[in-house]
Amino acid sequence: MPESLKPLFRRLAHSAIIFVIALFACNFSAFAAPDGKALFQSNCASCHNPLKDATGPALQNVDKSFPSHDWVYGWVHNSSAVIASGDKFANDLYNKFGKTQMTAFPALSKEEIDAILKYVDDYKAPVTATAPEGSSNPNAGAAQDSSYNWVYVMVTIALLTLAIILWRANVSLKRTSNTIEGVPNEKEIPFMRNKLVIAIVAILVFVFAGYWMVNGAIGLGRQQNYQPLQPIFYSHKVHAGINQINCLYCHAGAEKSRQAMIPSPNICMNCHKQINSYTGEADHPLVTAEGKHIDGTAQIQELYKYAGWNPETKQYNRDAKGNIKATPIQWVKIHNLPDHVYFNHSQHVKVGQVQCQRCHGPIQEMDEVYQFAPLSMGWCINCHRQTQVQFANNDYYSIFEKYHQELKTGKRTGVTVEDIGGTECQKCHY
Amino acid sequence: MSQKQYWKGLEELNNTSAHQQVVENEFKEDLPFGLSTDLMDATTPRRDFLKFLGFSTLAATLVASCEMPVRKAIPYAIKPEDITPGVPNYYASTFADNGDYCAIVIKTRDGRPIKIEGNELSSVTHGGTSARVQASVLNLYDKARLRAPLADGQEATYEAIDRRIKEGLEANKQTAYLLTGTILSPSTRDIITQFTTKYPNVKHVVYDPVSYSGMILANQASYGKATLPTYHFEKAQTIVSLGADFLGTWLSPIEFAKGYSKGRRISAKNLKLSKHYQFEANHTISGANADHRATCKPSEMGAVAVALYNALTTGAKPNLSSPKLNELVENAAADLKKGNGLVVSGSNNVSVQTVINAINDKAGANGNTVNWTVTSNYKQGMDSDMMALVAAVKAGQVGALMIHGVNPVYEYADGKAFGDMLAKIPVTVSFADRLDETAQKCKYVVPDHNFLESWGDAEPKPGYFSLMQPGIAPLFKTRAMQDSLMTWAGSTQTYGDYWKNYWSTKLGGQENFDKALQDGVVEPAGEMVNGGAAFTGNVADAIGKIQAMKPGSALELVVYQKVSMGHGGVWSNNPWLHEMPDPITKATWDNYACLSPLRAKELGAELTGQNEVDAKKHVISIKSNGVEVQLPIVVVPGMHNDVVAVAVGYGRDAKVGMAAASDDTKGGKNVYPFLTSNGVTFDAYNTNITVDKTDKLYEIAITQTHHSYEGRPVLHEMTFEEFSKDTNILLKERFEEVGKFTEMPWQPENAEDKRKPVSEGGEPTEENLLTMDEKFRENGTLYPNYVAPGIKWGMSIDLNSCIGCGACVMGCQAENNISVVGKTHVLLAHEMHWLRIDRYFSGKPDQPDSIQTVFQPMLCQHCDNAPCENVCPVSATNHSSEGLNQMAYNRCIGTKYCANNCPYKVRHFNWMDWNGADCFDDNIYEDGRRDGLNDDLTRMVLNPDVTVRSRGVMEKCSFCVQRLQDAKLTAKKLGRPMKDGEARTACQQSCPTDAIVFGNVNDKESAIYKLRTQQQRERTFYVLEQIHTLPNVNYLAKVRNTEVIVGGDEKLDDMMNLHI
Repeated sequence: MPESLKPLFRRLAHSAIIFVIALFACNFSAFAAPDGKALFQSNCASCHNPLKDATGPALQNVDKSFPSHDWVYGWVHNSSAVIASGDKFANDLYNKFGKTQMTAFPALSKEEIDAILKYVDDYKAPVTATAPEGSSNPNAGAAQDSSYNWVYVMVTIALLTLAIILWRANVSLKRTSNTIEGVPNEKEIPFMRNKLVIAIVAILVFVFAGYWMVNGAIGLGRQQNYQPLQPIFYSHKVHAGINQINCLYCHAGAEKSRQAMIPSPNICMNCHKQINSYTGEADHPLVTAEGKHIDGTAQIQELYKYAGWNPETKQYNRDAKGNIKATPIQWVKIHNLPDHVYFNHSQHVKVGQVQCQRCHGPIQEMDEVYQFAPLSMGWCINCHRQTQVQFANNDYYSIFEKYHQELKTGKRTGVTVEDIGGTECQKCHY
Repeated sequence: MSQKQYWKGLEELNNTSAHQQVVENEFKEDLPFGLSTDLMDATTPRRDFLKFLGFSTLAATLVASCEMPVRKAIPYAIKPEDITPGVPNYYASTFADNGDYCAIVIKTRDGRPIKIEGNELSSVTHGGTSARVQASVLNLYDKARLRAPLADGQEATYEAIDRRIKEGLEANKQTAYLLTGTILSPSTRDIITQFTTKYPNVKHVVYDPVSYSGMILANQASYGKATLPTYHFEKAQTIVSLGADFLGTWLSPIEFAKGYSKGRRISAKNLKLSKHYQFEANHTISGANADHRATCKPSEMGAVAVALYNALTTGAKPNLSSPKLNELVENAAADLKKGNGLVVSGSNNVSVQTVINAINDKAGANGNTVNWTVTSNYKQGMDSDMMALVAAVKAGQVGALMIHGVNPVYEYADGKAFGDMLAKIPVTVSFADRLDETAQKCKYVVPDHNFLESWGDAEPKPGYFSLMQPGIAPLFKTRAMQDSLMTWAGSTQTYGDYWKNYWSTKLGGQENFDKALQDGVVEPAGEMVNGGAAFTGNVADAIGKIQAMKPGSALELVVYQKVSMGHGGVWSNNPWLHEMPDPITKATWDNYACLSPLRAKELGAELTGQNEVDAKKHVISIKSNGVEVQLPIVVVPGMHNDVVAVAVGYGRDAKVGMAAASDDTKGGKNVYPFLTSNGVTFDAYNTNITVDKTDKLYEIAITQTHHSYEGRPVLHEMTFEEFSKDTNILLKERFEEVGKFTEMPWQPENAEDKRKPVSEGGEPTEENLLTMDEKFRENGTLYPNYVAPGIKWGMSIDLNSCIGCGACVMGCQAENNISVVGKTHVLLAHEMHWLRIDRYFSGKPDQPDSIQTVFQPMLCQHCDNAPCENVCPVSATNHSSEGLNQMAYNRCIGTKYCANNCPYKVRHFNWMDWNGADCFDDNIYEDGRRDGLNDDLTRMVLNPDVTVRSRGVMEKCSFCVQRLQDAKLTAKKLGRPMKDGEARTACQQSCPTDAIVFGNVNDKESAIYKLRTQQQRERTFYVLEQIHTLPNVNYLAKVRNTEVIVGGDEKLDDMMNLHI
């Protein structure tokens, strides 16, 4: 190869490498942009559905109805302040949804809020022919995103291949020119024995395998989306969703105890003495996640067996001493915390005024309950960092004089759980 | 104020190189690699290592990748209305064990009793508890309890047993006996009356293993009242005790401790302190708390009483065996003359108690500190009745014998012979809850419920009632003793119904009954009525009898009760109590011969070597009348030189339980056979013994020098005189130490208000002293000062009120799931008590009367500038915004750096999996005595709000954070600030003397804030304050009502060489 060509090749190779790096960088910055879908699911999905009203309004195209574009930032960061300011739109909304206050998300940036709004506006109802709404495929919305990624990957691979070909051509040409010019060629080491290659491969394997293993290890014992079969097909959707029974009617412990309490059959019987058949078959047929059809009436009969109720005589079966012959129902526990974690429902439900859905997800939509949240420590801590305590409403917090002072002077906009020590070890581990 | 020299044991006082070596090692033993020596010696250890590494990685991967187990959540079938899962329920009830009484509240979680608290509504015990009351919840889950009734050693049905016993009783033509311990329950007494009416030949005999019948007889003679008075220690200005350990084991220690502590709570504004004289033979916690203490042989106690009587009445100079005794008798008599005196005696001799009655009469105690209007029912046993019963058994005149609450084969002096005779009685019934020594010899065993499963009542004092209600349905097929008696008497009613009817009628209506059941106590309104009685005893005769007593052998044996073990009974199988260090000896798991240092040396114990540094103690043999026991020597400074003391409750049969089981290698020896009869009553001492050396050694697990401060001063003590003269004396001493740090170190030396120590001319002015704490906190460090925004927890422990009884240690154990490690691990200093009570002696070891003792409860100090936090590599221990030193078990990786760096030595490492070791077969580590705890039944006692720690993590006091969180949550739910006193730690709640105050220091209205800044500021100090750890636990200095605090001068530095 003539000497004059060398710089050209070098430049070409350099620019190819820079191009590839730039391409990677673009790709990474694309990943770094706020992921509206993830944000929506972790923050909003427990109360909002994109397409229809739930605890809060349906979010699709909701931004078109806002008084101004900036209005939404204030609303999301601290809705109670907006309501208190006398904003008419805000108060109408507040009243329309049964005066349920929206949880404040002071930690969400404007970009993130925009991303969420973009996501919900673009959201399309998943196309599911057979599956009922409750078990819709959560990945459906991601289809468009991944097609973009595919293009990037293809271009990257093509360019990499090109770079390699050019590099090989460069090397071959150089060897040829050496042979012509009589300069001795270095003996070429086969690709697989190249120490550099081996080192790079080893490092890559170590990094990726390590990443995979660490992630796997962190995930051990976590059961997000765990949806076991239960002894009775009990549908929260039918009870809490369609029939609007208050969660606390059955889970009375949630306001009193660390345990929310699974109701005993005699609680069920308060209603089911009268309700002995499932009449919602036409509107809402019961179908398991596997697609098996369930006879609701038969499930109620199943309950009677546990409760010791004789539906014919409409009497309890009693033993010689007059005790009801009931057997406890062995539900499969879905939300499992390790033994060294102390969690108290009443602290969150009664004191913190946290909605059940915040952790349990759209429970009123679930025929079969699955674990909505990861229940990881990071997930807990994150919420403790973002959530504001009922600082003004609960007189207990009057002892935090410093914070009250700071709130008054405007030095502080709110008090999060973290501010009062909610991320310290011995709040949950003792 | 002199700085005393305090020492935990002779080894520390002497500070031999062997002892230094022991305390220098934070962890006593090398890491347990002993198991793998084979591996290390193998020819290819490296390859094996790699193999093991590969195998374990693979195994771990396989195990970890297994599926998660499916867990069940099972609600009630029918939920009881008043139970909310996860919320504890409290039931007022009664603890009664052979006359030992305590009004209690049972805490149940999800239907299981898990903790016992004192009932504050009781005007007898005032919410106090004792170590045994606290630990009694574990007895409910005792594996050794019988699960069904037995007939001839075989499981049988109640129907069959009832039929056979009824037939036996009806056929019986001879006298039958119902033998019980003291019964406080009025309804039970009624049922016994009904039973004896049905079977007129049944005689009810009451017998107490540790007898007080001498007192009852003396009171009968002196006042015409065959009972015990109520003692008002709170009213006593001068307390004289002749061998009565009224703070530990005598009669009703919880009640007495409560009263006693009221007279000890001195402050700068209220300079009043009771004066306590103690005469005793061995070293008890009452003696340890006394202002003046003198020792004598037990046989001389009568002479001391007579001398005191004479000194009080005629002013005669006493002529006793030691000058100190004479001095104390004279002083005590002089103080008693001032009024408000109280004299008690632990003697069971009628003559001695008569003289004591006479002294109390002369001192004007009757109707003042000794109450004869409201008496006490605690002990009703009569030794002579028991002796008559034994004689009848021996003579073959007994047709049937039913035994409840007592265990004569073990507890009676001649128990062995008694046991052999039992087989000859046609019908023998035991109501014991386990196959104890007596039950084994009985034909029928009809096990009684545990008291936490029973309905019942108690009448500790006439008119003062206390109801007992169950915290759980009976775990096993047991039956209340009352039910059995009623069945045999032909009644078809159950005791539960009878009891309810009895109380509804007595209280007049359901409403009153419900209220009484809720309160747990039914008492007359207002303060306890107090009244005296006319003394009619024959003092001259009693003095004559005392003077006629023969002097004993050179050495005398004292048979005493341990605070933890009591008379034996079910306590002998309670691992918590076994591992609770004895307040004085700090020994666990065994009994032993307590000897004074001088006498121990004579009997072959090297005080500077083997016996004191090594756990292996020399064994001596004690003989009397053909009975011999061999016991290891434990040297106890403060013992009389001619006395050997041994505790009862040990040497039990294997069937009493795993923890109680004894043989030559474990479990101690039974010394009840050494009790001697004086014809009328049993004396708790033996004057006719011979003691010999043996060449055996026996290991005793003593914790006294575990967690050593290596001589650093941690205590402050002063005399009453010093404190009254200058109440700021302690503040000035503290200023001397930390005053120079109260200014920024970089201020110029000559700055005008630069605070120097007093010795360098610094001025301990009022202003300086007032700002000392604050300034020291801010300026003694380079770190910024953190101010807790909401709550800041703080604790104060009063060394003057603390009597060292150990109730807090047991309360903590029950509340916080503290593991029992067993004797072999206590020997390795692995004990896990989050709260321990350090006991310090001062004085001359060879002069028992010079010994002064101080107790100091030691727990995590929750330092705001904690040394442990800085060294944790994983930040598993760190500080909370409420001032708690937090310990996250799940984060701890077990480097133990924190324990090394803790100046207070309060961190404990889990060397083993103490609670779940049984999850693998053959995986129990111990000699067997603690292994009963690794069982599903025993684990029911665990507190579900506290993590059960596993192997490899550090743990320590958490200030009962679960209770603090609960108190905060309760307040939050009610939407109001937390009130002072809502958050209470387990130790605070269990303390019978209210020595512990706890609360939010940020709350200016709280008791802890007021105590630290106003009421007790002059006595407040922090342990090792000068190292700027900023503890959140403060102590109140001990003030002793005495002339001198012994020890602490240069002459004593070579004390050991000079004296021994």
